[in-house]
Amino acid sequence: MRSSAIEVSGLRKAFGDKKVLDGIDLTVAAGTIFSLLGPNGAGKTTTVNVLTTLMQADSGSVRVAGHDVATEAKAVRALIGVTGQFAAVDELLSGQENLQLMVDLNRAVTGNGKRIVNDLLERFELTEAAQKPAATYSGGMRRKLDLAMTLVGNSKIIFLDEPTTGLDPRSRRTMWEIVRGLVADGATIFLTTQYLEEADQLADRIAVLDQGRLVAQGTPEELKRQIPGTHVRLRFATVADLDAAARLFADSTRDAEALTLRVPSDGGTTSLRALLDRLDEHSLGAEEFSVHTPDLDDVFLALTGHATEVGAK
Amino acid sequence: MSKNQSAVMLRRNFKHLTRNPTSVFNAVLMPVVMMLMFVYVFGDAFDVGVDYIDYATPGLMLLAVCYGLGATATSVNSDMTKGIINRFKVMDVSRSAVLNGHVVASVLTNLIAIGALLGVAFLLGFDPSASLLDWLGAIGIVVLLGLAAGWFTIALGLAAKSPETAGIAAVPLVMLPFFSSAIVPAELMGPGVRQFAEYQPFTPIIETLRGFLNGSPDTTDLIVAVAWCVGITLVGYLWASATFKKRA
Repeated sequence: MRSSAIEVSGLRKAFGDKKVLDGIDLTVAAGTIFSLLGPNGAGKTTTVNVLTTLMQADSGSVRVAGHDVATEAKAVRALIGVTGQFAAVDELLSGQENLQLMVDLNRAVTGNGKRIVNDLLERFELTEAAQKPAATYSGGMRRKLDLAMTLVGNSKIIFLDEPTTGLDPRSRRTMWEIVRGLVADGATIFLTTQYLEEADQLADRIAVLDQGRLVAQGTPEELKRQIPGTHVRLRFATVADLDAAARLFADSTRDAEALTLRVPSDGGTTSLRALLDRLDEHSLGAEEFSVHTPDLDDVFLALTGHATEVGAK
Repeated sequence: MSKNQSAVMLRRNFKHLTRNPTSVFNAVLMPVVMMLMFVYVFGDAFDVGVDYIDYATPGLMLLAVCYGLGATATSVNSDMTKGIINRFKVMDVSRSAVLNGHVVASVLTNLIAIGALLGVAFLLGFDPSASLLDWLGAIGIVVLLGLAAGWFTIALGLAAKSPETAGIAAVPLVMLPFFSSAIVPAELMGPGVRQFAEYQPFTPIIETLRGFLNGSPDTTDLIVAVAWCVGITLVGYLWASATFKKRA
């Protein structure tokens, strides 16, 4: 197996005058979860559509499982599974019939179709509702059925476009567990989301998409470290200690009430050691020490200059 | 093993029909209701020279084809707008499999509706003088008409923005038979409407059907009817294919 499941470089796409994707470069390692994070209208769905052969790029190269999506679309389609932003289930068919439809249409499925269907129903806890039309399913059940339909082909690379948008917190957690299970079984996941927590929870790597450009890319921790705002918080026993420490670190901010001092830091070990050594030299000891990294909401605000819709409220 | 995706899609389309009571009502019961209404309520008011049921049945058969079209337009549009088309595309389900499923389901619905209609017609005293060959001819024309109307409706459905507007787009096709010789002879209509009725495609198609069921098909009507059907099928097919490519 190749080490990269998805390789994208210089991807551009415009609709008329509107540049939707303006030079996207990214690589997704096999067996990992990659999350494309961005607000509505950032270009997430367009990216998924290009990567899954549903849309032609204007320029740039996209390789999925080693195949070029433009020239080897059929080979790509045989290897991927896609769950779109809106649950693409057939509402007039039952859950079981929806899955059977996928088995019947999928040329890659050659085994016992009935067993595949029953196994998926069971795995996604849909056995009880299997004979009911999908139109009667709740949002969470519909999403589960949608994902189950995607998994009929046993694809190794799975695209999930906002899989938890509109779900209640409990269904969201269930979905997260399912996604983690897929990766544990060896799949590669390309997931888009507008929920910062979701990317933080699931992804091995995150790319932040804003108005068609990737404004940052890295592990969740790397992203948090890239931006100003990471700091060390020290709590002292007395005001005297606090004041002494404040004099040592010129750019620090003190909070006399809580007896804490905030010292800007990149959070790396070198600077932390330097900081602790400095305290030591002056025989100062803090009661409590913590490195504070901002959450992804802060990351987004710092990287794009504007808040996400989710974070803004 | 190559799976027959067209057959799978057809089965799906057919399940849709049976599970959507509105479409069953519109496609199968509406023509029967229309027949009862025209024969019992209006029939005596028109002087058509023969028993009204014998005159009207071929026209109502055509109406039965048209009444099924709304459901076809709606369902093809739902496929495009509700995201399932992307799933099919990623699974390499061909355009022809998706669209053929809709067309064949549409034609099969037409045949079921016409079967029901003819059953009621016979109960009401419908007395055709068609030979077996004439019946085969009549069925042939119905299938040709079903294909033409089906492809044209699918093009309309694909071009519409939403399932609702797709349903509305098919309404003119349901209205068109009323401005033909389906219910009353064109000679009885006012000026303007009469000329329209004489030259619109449904009139030669109905006259051909009528000819077959009387046991005396007119060759000119037949040629014109077949030409219309083939022409509309072709236009509908090309339009549908182009729209599908653009949208999906």
